[in-house]
Amino acid sequence: MEIALIVILVILAIGVIGGILIYNGLVQRRLRVDEAFAQIDVQLKRRYDLIPNLVEAVRGYMGFEKQVLENVTNARANAIAAGAQGPAAQAAAENALTGSLRSLFAVAENYPDLKASQNVLALQEQLTTTENQIAFSRQHYNSMVRDYNTNIASFPAVLLAGPFGFIRREFFDAPDEVEQVPQVNLNLQ
Amino acid sequence: MTATSFYQQQAANRRNSILLVLVVALILAALGFVIGYAIGGNVETAVIVLIGAVALALLMTAGSYFSGDSLVLAVSQAHEVKEDQAPQLVDVVKELSLAAGLPTPRIYLIDDTATNAFATGRDPKHASIAVTTGLVQKLDREELQGVIGHELSHVRNYDIRFALLVGVLVGSIALLADFFLRLTFWGAMFGGGRSRSSSNREGGGGLQAVMVVVALVFAVVAPIFARFVQLAVSRQREYLADASSVELTRNPYGLEQALAKIAGDREVLEAANRATQHLYIVNPIKKFEERSKGLFSTHPPIVDRINRLRALTGEQPLDGSSVKDLQGLD
Repeated sequence: MEIALIVILVILAIGVIGGILIYNGLVQRRLRVDEAFAQIDVQLKRRYDLIPNLVEAVRGYMGFEKQVLENVTNARANAIAAGAQGPAAQAAAENALTGSLRSLFAVAENYPDLKASQNVLALQEQLTTTENQIAFSRQHYNSMVRDYNTNIASFPAVLLAGPFGFIRREFFDAPDEVEQVPQVNLNLQ
Repeated sequence: MTATSFYQQQAANRRNSILLVLVVALILAALGFVIGYAIGGNVETAVIVLIGAVALALLMTAGSYFSGDSLVLAVSQAHEVKEDQAPQLVDVVKELSLAAGLPTPRIYLIDDTATNAFATGRDPKHASIAVTTGLVQKLDREELQGVIGHELSHVRNYDIRFALLVGVLVGSIALLADFFLRLTFWGAMFGGGRSRSSSNREGGGGLQAVMVVVALVFAVVAPIFARFVQLAVSRQREYLADASSVELTRNPYGLEQALAKIAGDREVLEAANRATQHLYIVNPIKKFEERSKGLFSTHPPIVDRINRLRALTGEQPLDGSSVKDLQGLD
């Protein structure tokens, strides 16, 4: 009789310890998802901060191209404002911002002094890397979501996930607006 | 070739690496057992020597674990990149660290026109990546992302730690085999045919003699075989790093073009030598690269690596087996 009791206790102990480990794993994965999501915003804000510097650096050379510069400044303001209007509106505004930046760099081809300017080259590199960082941080978020969703759906974590309120998270899916090619306006006069 | 996914490639590589490490560990255990039996003539001694061998390996692992990466970096004449010295390189490393969810490693430059790179460091918090100035100049951004992704993946997959473990196991096998061979050599020189187990003679005689022969053969063969396994593990981890790089960049073409460019580059990396060759993305010792056929190389042949990358997008594999065919690769 005693041996049976000990065996049962050992099995219970293993179950409890296993349960704790699984629960902690779930918490850790969910937090990674949250962190990855917050990182995306960090990168978006970086881009908003870089753009005024770019406009100022370029204005000295491209004073005549007022329209192009204004478009960039306005598009940036719209994108910041659209952040509060939901992902679809934000995506459309981000798209317009990208389009205005590309127009700016296309028009800059006409100004050899501008192209050679170290400031502008450095800023261009900054913008490129920021675009990449936004994309990579979204990608990392998706990786964390995949990891988490797989975990809560698999045995044995699936036993604890439901009762303790671990629900599926959504992937970052660019809305249809983003899949349109940004318009480049060369503003040829 | 049917398209595979990088997840599948990663899973296969990890499986193979673990199997290979188990093989090496088993060789060490078996060698210990056989030598113990040969010396002592009974199972108890055999088990003691087995445990001793494993303990030795663990001690060596602990010792090398904490030796920093500064030695390797100094030997390779790498210096830490200064502000504004290579902004694109620093940006690319930051981007990919973001994609991997890792802290940004320290970045080093090697002043050499050859194109190559390596990563070192026992875990992501203590990692460094070194890149030649030639590589920074000759590769475009896409290709640089592929190479840095590969090096970062070595850090991510704890490959440096892994290689350390395998190296220690192989080293222990070599030490143990060497010890035993010297023992029997000196014993034969000075002791004639005197039996070694004077205290425990039951069943010791015939079986022990057989075991001595087995142990001798094993002691000669095991270190060589273990070395082959170590090289196989190194190749598996290179493939794994390639597939992990694609997981980060989602762009096989970048790494593919980078590999072709690095392989086609005829310049010799002066600071590299046999001790550090396994660390680099492509074997810096050029004659090894051309001769690398299967068993003897730390790196898989470049064409095979490119073909595995092409399999990810379902493209036709290259059939040229010569590095020269890569010159005109688009």
